[in-house]
Amino acid sequence: MSAPVTTDDQTASGLHRSADSAIGTIRRGLQLSPEFAQGLGLTLLFAVVATVGKVIVPIAVQQVIDAGIGAADGGPDIDFVVGTVSLCAVLLAITMVCSYLMNVRLYRATESGLATLRRKAFRHVHDLSVLTQNSERKGALVSRVTADVDQISTFMQWGGILLIVSSGQLLIATALMTVYSWQLTLLVWVSFLPLLFGVRWLQRLLSRAYLGVRERTGDMLGAIGETVMGAAIIRAHATEERTAQRIDTTVLATRRAQVKAQRLSMAVSPFAELVAAMGNAAVVVVGVLLGIGGDITPGELVAFLFLMNLFVQPMMMATEIFNEAQNAIAGWRRVLGVLDTAPDIADPGEGGRELPRGPVEVRFEGVSYAYPEGPTVLDGIDEKIAPGTRVAVVGETGSGKTTFVKLLTRLMDPAAGQVLLDGVDLREVAFSSLRTRVVMVPQEGFLFDSSLGDNIRFARPGAGDAELEAAIVELGLADWLHSLPHGLDTPVGQRGESLSAGERQLVALVRAYVADPDLLVLDEATSAVDPDTEVRIQRALDRLTHGRTSVAIAHRLSTAEAADEVFVFDNGRIVQRGTHADLVGQPGVYADLYASWERSSA
Amino acid sequence: MSLGSTNNEPGKGRGMFRRGMRVLWVAMRSEPWVFAVAVAGASLHAAVTVGSASVLGHITDTIILPAFAEGRTTAAALATAAALLLAVGAAKALGLGARRLFAGLMQFRMQARYRRSVARKYLRLPLAWHHRHPTGQLLSNANADVEAAWQPLAPLPMAIGSLFMLAVAAVAMVVTDPVLALIAFVVFPVLAAANVAFQRRVAPLATRAQALRAHVSEVAHESFDGALVVKTLGREDTETQRFTESAHRLRDAQISVGRMRAMFDPVMEALPNFGVLAVLLIGMWRLSNGAVAAGDLVQFAYLFTLLTLPIRSFGWILGDLPRSVVGWDRVQKVLTADGAMRYGEERIDGHGGVRLTVRGVSFSYEDGHTSDGAGRDLADAPADTDAPRTTVLRDVDFDIAGGHTIAIVGPTGSGKSTLTTLLMRLVDPDTGTVSYAGTDVRELAKGEIARVAALVPQSTFVFEDTVRGNITLGADVDDSEVWEALRLARADSFIAALPDGLDTRLGERGTSLSGGQRQRLALARAVVRRPRLLILDDATSAVDPQIEAQILAGLRDTDLAATVVVVAYRRATIELADEVLYMEQGTVRDRGAHRDLLQRSPGYRRLVTAYERAAAERANEAAGETAGETAGTDRVAVDLDRAGSAERPSGGAPYGAADDIDTAEEIVR
Ligand SMILES: Nc1ncnc2c1ncn2[C@@H]1O[C@H](COP(=O)(O)OP(=O)(O)OP(=O)(O)O)[C@@H](O)[C@H]1O
Ligand SMILES: Nc1ncnc2c1ncn2[C@@H]1O[C@H](COP(=O)(O)OP(=O)(O)OP(=O)(O)O)[C@@H](O)[C@H]1O
Ligand SMILES: [Mg+2]
Repeated sequence: MSAPVTTDDQTASGLHRSADSAIGTIRRGLQLSPEFAQGLGLTLLFAVVATVGKVIVPIAVQQVIDAGIGAADGGPDIDFVVGTVSLCAVLLAITMVCSYLMNVRLYRATESGLATLRRKAFRHVHDLSVLTQNSERKGALVSRVTADVDQISTFMQWGGILLIVSSGQLLIATALMTVYSWQLTLLVWVSFLPLLFGVRWLQRLLSRAYLGVRERTGDMLGAIGETVMGAAIIRAHATEERTAQRIDTTVLATRRAQVKAQRLSMAVSPFAELVAAMGNAAVVVVGVLLGIGGDITPGELVAFLFLMNLFVQPMMMATEIFNEAQNAIAGWRRVLGVLDTAPDIADPGEGGRELPRGPVEVRFEGVSYAYPEGPTVLDGIDEKIAPGTRVAVVGETGSGKTTFVKLLTRLMDPAAGQVLLDGVDLREVAFSSLRTRVVMVPQEGFLFDSSLGDNIRFARPGAGDAELEAAIVELGLADWLHSLPHGLDTPVGQRGESLSAGERQLVALVRAYVADPDLLVLDEATSAVDPDTEVRIQRALDRLTHGRTSVAIAHRLSTAEAADEVFVFDNGRIVQRGTHADLVGQPGVYADLYASWERSSA
Repeated sequence: MSLGSTNNEPGKGRGMFRRGMRVLWVAMRSEPWVFAVAVAGASLHAAVTVGSASVLGHITDTIILPAFAEGRTTAAALATAAALLLAVGAAKALGLGARRLFAGLMQFRMQARYRRSVARKYLRLPLAWHHRHPTGQLLSNANADVEAAWQPLAPLPMAIGSLFMLAVAAVAMVVTDPVLALIAFVVFPVLAAANVAFQRRVAPLATRAQALRAHVSEVAHESFDGALVVKTLGREDTETQRFTESAHRLRDAQISVGRMRAMFDPVMEALPNFGVLAVLLIGMWRLSNGAVAAGDLVQFAYLFTLLTLPIRSFGWILGDLPRSVVGWDRVQKVLTADGAMRYGEERIDGHGGVRLTVRGVSFSYEDGHTSDGAGRDLADAPADTDAPRTTVLRDVDFDIAGGHTIAIVGPTGSGKSTLTTLLMRLVDPDTGTVSYAGTDVRELAKGEIARVAALVPQSTFVFEDTVRGNITLGADVDDSEVWEALRLARADSFIAALPDGLDTRLGERGTSLSGGQRQRLALARAVVRRPRLLILDDATSAVDPQIEAQILAGLRDTDLAATVVVVAYRRATIELADEVLYMEQGTVRDRGAHRDLLQRSPGYRRLVTAYERAAAERANEAAGETAGETAGTDRVAVDLDRAGSAERPSGGAPYGAADDIDTAEEIVR
């Protein structure tokens, strides 16, 4: 059967989990989107008018019946009725307009505010370190800028305003009721107190339940995402049935979480209904007793009972809104979870150092690294790369080569020691400077779902087609470009899947070349390219980036042969370093590697 | 499972209302009991609401007023009053609770049901379909679209419950005074007309907003997926810009929808109120004529106000309806997409490597290029069969005897991976056949191919699962076999070093493993199935040479006796093969033993001896050759390769490729 789905608890590198109170969350959420508050005063004014407008018709009915029709003798007072009705019609029209204006303003303010919230969260996700990004599923991250934000909109579009209006209505009703009988008013409030406490208690349960819903939804989308992204492998191994079961598990878990949350949330209204009934009963009983004592007239008691409706209605509404607020709070919490996660690889920003252009010198000083909760994978790296050197990095799978270049490009910071570029600690270099001077082609090249040209242009926005074409030609790939059906306009498909694996790597390489870095880092950037093309590109790159520093990881030792220097990694250490010619002559890891390479390729 | 009607054409013909009702009807048919309970609850609630006024009246008349009049009351009377009020409250609470609980249940059940069907459909749809639809959009379909489709289910029982109220009220009105009742029959059609007008205008906006919502999700998904590239190129700002544009388009669309709703809601609310005012006016006139009594008028006005709420609840449903229909249409687009593979009944008997025959196979990909860059939104019509296609394989013909090994070699983009997907029947060829042991793979039963063959694709996919789960993928194999496979893939030592061994959970896409480790995991995943046909598509590119040599030796020495198809560039891998298939531009240029090809096929030679040539050139350079000349040779090599004229007898190799041939001969020796 299907494997159990475990929740990924927050790891050392995971996203922040907010411990803010509900009110705190709402306040911070509102602060994040200043649009919410913009022009709120006017919106509120319209809201008040629109709400007051709701009582126009009941009042009209009552007036017409009491004063117009019910006039003791002589039939209905036509003038009065026509006057009242026309006045009400005008007021009703005004109410309509105000209601429209309130709605429009609310929609505009909330949608703008939510768009801002999305933008901020999105940007922040990109500011987080690679490790933090990887600690969450991609789908879960996506939902933090989509579904979680949508969640807030319902509350913002009616809940917030209604909450304010309902509170106002509660106050007015309380005041009116007090005029008739303060004792009964007190009684009503007392009978509603349990509801207020009950709601507070429920609120805690609810917020947990809603969080559960969001998390289960994240699991579900993660599982569905896998079926889409791993479509080929699922088909190749005919594991459709198992995958379907895994999805079922998450879909059903989501449903269970939803139903659980719904059970809690829907419990509020019937509960409030019961409380209201008890309040009613208490008022009747106590009212009658009071009446017998002469403290209240029958007319006053009946009027009080009707007024109570004015009180109960917003009370019920408020509990309802509380409910919706929980949803919004859960959404905000998840968005805040992103925004509150301090990027562990932070841009020094304003205070950061700019590196001058020119060949880069790299120094590793006593650098060690361990992935969170993992063993040490790099240990005591002390190396210097002279400006303009072409370094090849070789070593067994898992020996720490990729980790080494990730530290070099500051995708991660070392646990101990420091990495220096031109004598400056990487942690002090402004990202704007670092990312233009140091460019890495990662092991798994990623292309965006657009044209080939757009993908290359990604590294240098604004570059014209001619420039791109020139770059491709310089790298000796002109014929490849011409063999493509639409040249630079060829769509590459999502993740570049409409290109062959080798072609994807070519694009990633051209893209890095176009970025024109001073330090080029290649992590097996040509592992899927055919040897002939690889050799050609390598020679072109050598020529084109002559005098620049480069670090290239490669399993194909031809790269090492061509490099100025070779770093040999073994088990997290650099065990050998020198030119290919030197190393191949001495017994050691490199000589062994080379021997098997020769055996396999020559 | 009933998926309802399948021929919904979005945005055409029939009114939104009728289509919306059909969507809701699907839900009612799927969950009749849940729906019935919800409606019963709603009706109870509606009935008690209508009745509660008379209960209060009754209490006023029989208990309150007498008590005041007599100046005393009895405990029994008070208890009766309290009991009555509490009973009303309890009934209301019960109705309300049942309505909401079951309405929610219905909504969530329908969501779950359709999410499962959508996901299952994703599993059935062919890869070509997947290529056409961005991941973000498919996720949004399973999530937001399904949700939108069933959104009106929450207020539906309430609306139906209040229908009951409406009917009671209508009868009461007609009985009271037919003339006044006419007002109702004017107001309600006006309401209906307002609804229709609203839906007409809001439907396209809602459609657009929904598509834009999917687009926002798509942009975010892609951007986060490519976060590493964004970071390494320092493009966070442009990505944020791109996302913001998308989010702003959604915002603007939502605001337009909002503006419509903002207008609609007050109108829906005000119309019944205007009706009440009309009742008062005309009632006056009727009253002065003596046609109605004052009491009747009061009751009439009361009924009219009572109707406001049910009519509002219809408004909510109607407001949600366009979005629901759009969501439903988008879901249906997936559910009714066709092109799922058909399977036969045949099985492959026996054991040992299967014989593989490929006859006249051609294959083309759909050309994704559109001049206007039109989106591939789910709501768009599916790409039809006459869309332009790019042919990437032409007349591929070969066969491999059972237990033999064949190496496929060819330059980047020559169609090797495409060929492996055809061999595995991940896609079907345009023409020609692929057969296992003489049986066309299209005749094989479902699952039979996976039983017989295993593919290690060029790029590794790791599931978010344990190491064991990733290797077995649910197949019934015990741990010792898993370890055996891991040993063969030389993955045993690093797996053993993981904190929980086989039970270690790998994150999404296996980011906690190094590239080579992921590849070896994929290799183990294939060999654990003891396939009779093993297809390796450049499956050791991220593995260092030493390990690769060990893996290859391991594969050789096992008792698998499988037929092996291996896409490779490395000499050692190629030399493992009994035969080499040299591909260029989608065709098989040559086939034969490695040595023979080296002799007679210049393209093949250039590919396989590239490193030696490079080394030789470097040596030459070191020996003082001028750089200009070398660069010249470089250019020539390019032309030679790409001209497609490489297929010539070895002697006829044009250009100054003489040193190639020297190197090659050296190697052959
Ligand atoms: N995100 C991560 N979390 C935990 N461990 C990791 C992570 N990334 C890599 N490792 C571990 O760190 C070690 C070094 O990995 P690294 O990627 O640096 O290897 P590599 O030398 O580049 O290997 P390859 O040649 O296969 O790419 C491996 O054992 C790997 O499992
Ligand atoms: N999904 C697709 N849609 C359109 N074209 C595609 C698609 N996949 C591959 N192609 C094209 O088909 C051709 C053959 O691709 P294929 O992946 O089979 O090449 P390959 O020989 O495996 O190359 P490599 O050595 O780089 O892996 C390439 O030109 C590629 O651009
Ligand atoms: Mg390929």
